[in-house]
Amino acid sequence: MTTVARDPVAAADPSPTPPTRPAAGPSRHRYRAAVGFAFGAALLFAVAPLLLSDFRLSLLAKYLCVAMVAVGIGLAWGRGGMLTLGQGVFFGLGGYAMAMHLKLADAGPGNMPDFMMLYGQLDELPLWWRPFASPWFALPATMLLPMAVAFVLGSLVFRRRVRGAYFAILSQALAAAMVILLIGQQGTTGGTNGLTDIQGFFGYDLDDPVNQRMVYFIIAGTLLALLALARHLMQSRYGELLVAVRDSEERVRFLGYDPATVKLVAYVVAAGMAGLAGALFVPAVGIISPALIGIVPSIEFVIGVAIGGRATLLGPVLGAVAVAWARTALSERFPGTWTYLQGLLFVVVVAFLPGGLASLIGLARRRDDGEPRPSRFARFRPRRREGAA
Amino acid sequence: MTLIRGRRILAGAMTLVAAAALAACGSKTTDGNTSAGVAADVSGDTVKVGLLNSLSGTMAISEVTVRDSIMLAIEEINAAGGVLDKKIEPVGEDGASDWPTFAEKAEKLIREDRVAAVFGCWTSASRKAVKPVFEKNKALLFYPVQYEGLEQSPYIFYTGATTNQQIVPGLDYLKAQGTTSLYLVGSDYVFPRTANKIIKAYAEANGMKVLGEDYAPLGSTEFGTITNKVKSSGADAVFNTLNGDSNVAFFKEYKSAGLTADSMPVVSVSIAEEEVKSIGTQYLEGQLTAWNYYQTTPGAANEKFVAAYKAKYGADKPTSDPMEAAYISVYLWKAMVEKAGTFDVEKVREASDGITFEAPEGLVTVDGATQHIAKTARVGKIGADGLITEVWNSGEPITPDPYLKSYPWAGGLS
Repeated sequence: MTTVARDPVAAADPSPTPPTRPAAGPSRHRYRAAVGFAFGAALLFAVAPLLLSDFRLSLLAKYLCVAMVAVGIGLAWGRGGMLTLGQGVFFGLGGYAMAMHLKLADAGPGNMPDFMMLYGQLDELPLWWRPFASPWFALPATMLLPMAVAFVLGSLVFRRRVRGAYFAILSQALAAAMVILLIGQQGTTGGTNGLTDIQGFFGYDLDDPVNQRMVYFIIAGTLLALLALARHLMQSRYGELLVAVRDSEERVRFLGYDPATVKLVAYVVAAGMAGLAGALFVPAVGIISPALIGIVPSIEFVIGVAIGGRATLLGPVLGAVAVAWARTALSERFPGTWTYLQGLLFVVVVAFLPGGLASLIGLARRRDDGEPRPSRFARFRPRRREGAA
Repeated sequence: MTLIRGRRILAGAMTLVAAAALAACGSKTTDGNTSAGVAADVSGDTVKVGLLNSLSGTMAISEVTVRDSIMLAIEEINAAGGVLDKKIEPVGEDGASDWPTFAEKAEKLIREDRVAAVFGCWTSASRKAVKPVFEKNKALLFYPVQYEGLEQSPYIFYTGATTNQQIVPGLDYLKAQGTTSLYLVGSDYVFPRTANKIIKAYAEANGMKVLGEDYAPLGSTEFGTITNKVKSSGADAVFNTLNGDSNVAFFKEYKSAGLTADSMPVVSVSIAEEEVKSIGTQYLEGQLTAWNYYQTTPGAANEKFVAAYKAKYGADKPTSDPMEAAYISVYLWKAMVEKAGTFDVEKVREASDGITFEAPEGLVTVDGATQHIAKTARVGKIGADGLITEVWNSGEPITPDPYLKSYPWAGGLS
């Protein structure tokens, strides 16, 4: 997988001349990307299903959903400098939209979901649930709903030049508010329980391991597609502009660009990715609840990205999967003390590898090429970047 | 553009691999018979059981005591020869106070460890999260905590109280004491909200007035406003379904507002001996609780249980209702397995009806139809020593009725 990681990083390396794509060896890089994606696809589609039991494969499906959120955070935070500490909101919007549709499909036309009868004592389906009965509404909504929320929020916030800690706090507050809202409306949202016991996925019985496998393949395919999209964005003119905004918003403004719009695009795309991840998480895990979208899970999304290396393409994905996997592995091996071990791991990575696990690849690569690449590390200290303007 | 060509190669490669993988997956359809459930592995001379409790996170403080009680029961059973001549081998997992983690670990215990039964879960949310997992895999869960009722999964045995064994008797007690108005205070999650729905239906049918209903977020410590509202309502009693730390703040405010157990008693359904210790008896003395078991419950079975628990975990450790319910769940499972003569889940379920056990709380009987157990309801008063003394009991075990079908006033609830 290393080949893929090297490519976009190299492509985004600041070069003294302004062209949008580095001139050095474009064909070689292109092959690298294709080979890298093929390698990733082979790993996800052939190796993992052959090696892993049904149970482990379903866990991997769950990790890959978290990785999708991470791809978006890598774009918005790693490239755009927006510390998105509230991605749980978008993950939740996507997840609930999907779960609402699946619950309604399980209940059958004209019926109400089981929990509503238990807790809500409603005579009929609430109005805002009704459109979700149609997959033509629910499926697009899993992405468009989070994107719309991100658009409204982003437009307000970025125009007013809210940045840094204020933006992070705002994101967190939104996540907290959404959790309180969901818990308070127990009769129509399932409260703390969330929406559970999802049986079917567009006519396929989710209890059947073969269908669980299908869900896994859909998730793996979607993740690869999102990676391709993120790579395309990062390598485009827009990607360069985004990095420039991150490193010096004022200078970009003086050059005649609108930094607010540039940031808004990355934020909205990241929200859409989180929404899609939430939507696919539901059939993979069978539950969506406020516990999955509040402040703590929102921070955990970011931790995975930080550990993997936020400014790279693959770093966030590997980091998210590694953290989720370590969580499972440690908690199974040491049920009593695993939280301490997890904490220790975070501290070690942040203290000794501030650029995340992806910087290991960078270190190895420098050795390969036999040439120093100071700019790689400059990326994490924006002020000292060369050639930003 | 060069980029487009690169993408094409990429897309081609991806499609090929995907097609190959899907083909491989398709061939597995014929041998995929796992959906019928996973049989427990009982080939060796031990039988594995799963222990699924939160050892980290907000619920750990309560759930660890449940884990300890289950371990005590397993040790006792092993010392006495095990179940069907097999020693019990516990496999512990941490649910981490996180509901999807509970589902993940439940699946792991069933499919990877192939346990014969799982003991654990505390919050309703964690139970709701694992319920589909147990139903899908046709595996058994023993759930040891009082809960809000309105559930009856064929693959769960509920050894804690349902509403008609705890909340309804608690209300009957208040009514007998001449209470005519109530104020409801609870944490904002499923159990308090559902419990309060039942309380309101009961109150309406029994000529009691509910003067107010307030919810605080789980873990909230802001109770000034709520306490003032309670005080100015002038209710005869408060029905408290707060959980965890919130109780500490609530009872402190309650006392400083000048409210006492004499002027306005509080009946709590989530405060047991363990919680009394952490809240502080100075705030709780004289207040009421509704449960099925107290450390002070008389009887030889309880003396033995309390002594064994203290010997293993320390003399200062109290025993409480959920701990007792967890302890007896292992014994009930053993009795079911021995009656069935096998660990087979369906046979164990069939054998469950009518199983009795001399529990620390008194005689309990498994009701095969609901998979709940008949228990005696008890109302107790918290003493200065932190122990709870019974002031009333139902006299005989109450037959479980999770959907409150035998109560006319509860007609609209389920």
